[in-house]
Amino acid sequence: MWIYEKKLMFPVNITRPDLKMAQALMAQYGGPDSELAAGLRYLTQRFTMPDDRCRATVNDIGTEEIAHWEMIGVMIKQCMRGASVEDLKNSGLLGSFVLHGRSVFPSDPNGVPFTTAYIQSTGDPVADLVEDMAAEQKARATYEHLMMLTDNEEILRPLRFLREREIVHYQRFGECLEIVQDLMCRD
Amino acid sequence: MSRCELMNKISQIQFVCVELNLYINTHPDDTDAIKDFNSYSSRLNNLIEEYEQEYGPLLNFGISPIDTGSWVCSEWPFE
Ligand SMILES: [Fe+2]
Repeated sequence: MWIYEKKLMFPVNITRPDLKMAQALMAQYGGPDSELAAGLRYLTQRFTMPDDRCRATVNDIGTEEIAHWEMIGVMIKQCMRGASVEDLKNSGLLGSFVLHGRSVFPSDPNGVPFTTAYIQSTGDPVADLVEDMAAEQKARATYEHLMMLTDNEEILRPLRFLREREIVHYQRFGECLEIVQDLMCRD
Repeated sequence: MSRCELMNKISQIQFVCVELNLYINTHPDDTDAIKDFNSYSSRLNNLIEEYEQEYGPLLNFGISPIDTGSWVCSEWPFE
């Protein structure tokens, strides 16, 4: 069961259109290392994660990722707000506009639609947790690339917040890996 | 507090709760962290109650009380 809370995890308020950044942000909305991939990956791995501490961690981080996914969606929408069809036509979002209008569709910046082929759940806790740690680092790197593309504080502020979350999640998954390895050594 | 101030306060306190929740998941014996979590959690609940009395429900499916139309009509974060 999930409860919806009618607010964003961190405030997003982008006041002028920026179609380049709207397109770039699609990386974290529907790309291989996106918040969507992260959330789906961890919430899927819950079913086979041993140990109460690790199960709680994939459940709760998976839930947090969905709140991050929502933030990115709002950022993309706000970056497109006020853009004319002519603006869209002359931007990298032409293909996206033809297929999806002004909706915020989970594709990467090149228009490649999201696929669960991006994620893995092996049922093996060591393999899964190592994948999760790598996923957090890939998402951190993606955020750093995004931050190089703009000097707009309205976009940078939420990106900084999201980048820091990847670091905390990486830390927690590392602790889970230690927990699982300890358990395996004991058996 | 204005709507925006109150919302920011909620986000700040809630962030502490998220962070402590994740930490406690892998450190369930840390009693200091649990004490902090419970104190921030009750502050969060008080702030949410204060917000909802002024500006309408924040949570769906029975967690927040509602008036006619208050859930559907109040602003969505993705608007
Ligand atoms: Fe994450």
